[in-house]
Amino acid sequence: MDDSKIDLIIDKHHAEESALIKVLLDIQDEYGWLSPKALKRVSEKLEVPLARVQQTATFYKAFSLAPKGRHTIHVCNGTSCHLRGAQRVLDKVQELTGIKPGETDPDLKFRLEAVNCLGQCALGPVMEVDGKIYGKMSPKKAAEPLKKYE
Amino acid sequence: MGVVTLTIDNKEVKAEEGMTVLEAAQSAGIYIPTLCHHEKLETYTACRICMVEVESRGRVRLDTACSHPVANDMVVKTRSEKINKIRKTLLELMLAHAPDSAILQEMAEEYGADKGRFEKESSFCIHCALCVRYCAEVKKKNAIGFVNSGTKREISFVPEIASQECWKCKECFPLCPTEALQAAYVLAGALTFPVAPFELR
Ligand code: SF4
Ligand code: FES
Repeated sequence: MDDSKIDLIIDKHHAEESALIKVLLDIQDEYGWLSPKALKRVSEKLEVPLARVQQTATFYKAFSLAPKGRHTIHVCNGTSCHLRGAQRVLDKVQELTGIKPGETDPDLKFRLEAVNCLGQCALGPVMEVDGKIYGKMSPKKAAEPLKKYE
Repeated sequence: MGVVTLTIDNKEVKAEEGMTVLEAAQSAGIYIPTLCHHEKLETYTACRICMVEVESRGRVRLDTACSHPVANDMVVKTRSEKINKIRKTLLELMLAHAPDSAILQEMAEEYGADKGRFEKESSFCIHCALCVRYCAEVKKKNAIGFVNSGTKREISFVPEIASQECWKCKECFPLCPTEALQAAYVLAGALTFPVAPFELR
């Protein structure tokens, strides 16, 4: 992993202690996750104890401490989708990818998230991959779209 | 520093301005239970067990004695039906996490707390942060901190620092009101810490 940008991001915020969250957010945006190395670098340059950097990084759901996959699958389990059998779709996707919501597979291909509404209730149950919507899902139909991603 | 006069449990107490109700009570030999308070550490008000009734300027309020500053003519009650009930519930909640803690059990007896009232969620830690704060404020090592949030919040040693510092210190162990600290230390694995100690998500 190329981590040359970590220092640039830290310097952009003048390595100020009070910018901790902003620095972490920017690193997360750049790399998709916060690596142990990044946390350590932030701690050194901002002169914030590593224990506190970890505390902050694990406190907010916006931060990910594991690499995200190349593709993110969102399976909606909001009320409408749920009533139309979203749980079975989610079960199937879990089976197909071998991961649970919040996890990334070892090849870093997919990251799976269960979400609570994608605003596409009429198409429920809905699955979304990298922002593309797949509507009227069923456990049977879920396999097809996933084949397209490398 | 001026001297203020207040009443704690019907006893007249003289205290210095800037003191907390807890300090004033202690100086007068009046006992208020505490869990997260430590005289060497900054006030933290995590456990709420030191809750007292404070009457000043005609108003009665509930507040934590370890943080509430004394004032002239203040009337403090360290026990009342209301306070007993609050402490009982607090203890029942904490006992769901740390059912075997000796100090919690002792307090539970005093307040009639039922350790089976809430479903057990033995995380063993009651988040008093004594260990975390002691390491940061007194030892200035920051070898231990909290990770995660909400019901998943737990203590975690920072491997790089812990492997250098902890084995010769361990001063936080006796501070812990439960057995969580020592367990976490042992779990942290012979100080080799091969994996990141926080949950990877
Ligand atoms: S491990 Fe013990 S001392 Fe540390 S926060 Fe938990 S209960 Fe308090
Ligand atoms: S001792 Fe006062 S809140 Fe814990």
